[in-house]
Amino acid sequence: MSAGAAPAGMRALPFTLVLIAIAAVIFLCGRWLGSSYAFFMGYVVLQYVVLGTAWNILGGYTGYVNFGVTAFFAIGAYSTVVLHKLVPATPLPVMMLIGGALAGLVGLGTGYLTLRLRGVFFSIATLALAVVVQTLITNWDFVGGARGVYVLRPRVAPLIGGEYVQYLFLMMLIMTVIVLVTARAIERSALGYGFAAIRDDEGAAEASGVPTLRLKLIATTLSGGFMGMAGAPLPYYVTYLDPASGFSLNYAVNAIAMPLIGGTSSWLGPVIGAVLVGGLQETLRVTISSAVNVLVAGVLMVAFVILAPQGIVGLFQRKRR
Amino acid sequence: MDGTANLLLNAIVSGLLLGGFYAAVSVGIAIAFGLLDIVNIAHPAFILLGSYVAFIGNSLWGIDPILAAIIALPAFYLLGMIVYQVYYVAFERRDDQSLRGLSFFFGLLFITEVGLVLGFGVDYRTVQAVYIGPSIKLGLFDLPLRLLVPFLVALVVVIGLQLFLSRTFIGRAVQAVAQDQQALRLMAANPTRIKRIAFGLSIATASLAGAFLIIIQPIEPSIGREYIGRIFAICVLGGLGSFPGMVIAAMTLGIAESLTATFFGPSWAPAVAFGILLITLAVRPSGILGR
Repeated sequence: MSAGAAPAGMRALPFTLVLIAIAAVIFLCGRWLGSSYAFFMGYVVLQYVVLGTAWNILGGYTGYVNFGVTAFFAIGAYSTVVLHKLVPATPLPVMMLIGGALAGLVGLGTGYLTLRLRGVFFSIATLALAVVVQTLITNWDFVGGARGVYVLRPRVAPLIGGEYVQYLFLMMLIMTVIVLVTARAIERSALGYGFAAIRDDEGAAEASGVPTLRLKLIATTLSGGFMGMAGAPLPYYVTYLDPASGFSLNYAVNAIAMPLIGGTSSWLGPVIGAVLVGGLQETLRVTISSAVNVLVAGVLMVAFVILAPQGIVGLFQRKRR
Repeated sequence: MDGTANLLLNAIVSGLLLGGFYAAVSVGIAIAFGLLDIVNIAHPAFILLGSYVAFIGNSLWGIDPILAAIIALPAFYLLGMIVYQVYYVAFERRDDQSLRGLSFFFGLLFITEVGLVLGFGVDYRTVQAVYIGPSIKLGLFDLPLRLLVPFLVALVVVIGLQLFLSRTFIGRAVQAVAQDQQALRLMAANPTRIKRIAFGLSIATASLAGAFLIIIQPIEPSIGREYIGRIFAICVLGGLGSFPGMVIAAMTLGIAESLTATFFGPSWAPAVAFGILLITLAVRPSGILGR
């Protein structure tokens, strides 16, 4: 790891700078447009870029399927609710870090208990984890229980001024840059090769001295942590959060569908998937109905895993050859 | 007899009855996951589909829900064969079961759920039958017929399937597929055909389980998700592929949930299955009667 990390970090610098530049241009364009709808919509798409990429760090790189996206996402969201009630002055970035740390710990724990077994047991455990975290939150009156909780959004954004949603958008934009840089750095580091070895043949990897359990735990923790960070600003975005909406299956389906549609082998896949599916969903929500737009991700996911298993990125790679 | 002991006994009895129902819910996964190694996480969605079939038969034509499920059995069997064929062509043959195969079933689960929401809305649905409501009093025990009837039919189904698997040619072939697919091929039997039949059976059981579900409780489309944890907890605890183990595990979970609901409140019951699942995976992953 230490031998490969330094050059990988060097190569990551131009990429990071380009991403930051793109992010800055996007944000300035948004400011120039001045439409709060654009910020609300952009936030959703970026949230899915983060969720999809986070899922892909475990699912795409190591081949372990996490169905409990909502559990990690909601842990982030509800840790913000708790902080908002106890210490309302906590700055949002701190809340995101705390939410991410908690979700990462839960990921580590679940992984530690189940990752020594066959991969499907981990998947099943994460499915059940989503139900159990929802049960805990539903029974916890302090965060509103089944009735839900109102979180008052500050009127003005700190530091940058303007509407608060711009601040939420900016936070998610920064998150996106961090997650994408991490994902790309993993892909090109010894860690990434270890992940790929696990995905292709775990037995052979283990036999060749790859510390598979440790690598899998790193992936689960990172992936869960990023999901938690993506969920942390949610209460301020929706202003009313209840278990049914916080644990909506839509989050899980979207987070899994987007990388699979875009392509799981590279950091670009989840981005393409999120922008395409997120944009399509938003268009359908406005033009047809909100019931149909949730169906889109599921149908597209099934179609893609059957017909184009390498996703959109894979389609282009095949053409180039 | 003091109140707590009476409460405890009745909780255990209703837990046992609930366990019979859980066995019917899990038997499909015991076949698909335990014998065929197909992790069909969409199974609860098929069960819910069965519930809505029973609901339609009952509300439109007044058919008994269990009878409606039996009428629908061939359709579910066919549906299962089709799903397996798609799964085989798209994933099993490409040897890509883990990531994309799982996602395929997850997509099916979601599409079915949203489809049911679009078709029936999110209102709770119930069925009418003579055995819903009254209960038999046996000394101290209260046996609600609503739980007793599914319990008895479920036991018949599980025992019938066990006999089918151990006594008939096709049934033994299914067990052979579970052990060594290659050897079966050498015996000039087509493993894909055997697996298609077995998966059809697995989905057919969902039709009956769905009827039991709507008899036991009012249903709405998202309720299936609660059963994912339960089903897999039961199959893992019982030991994959072992029917007797599965029945014991189903009863254990039924009693554990019933006790939890009685003494801590029903809203905690969904967490019990997860606890059992995690403890089993951590302590004895091969289950009670594992192979």
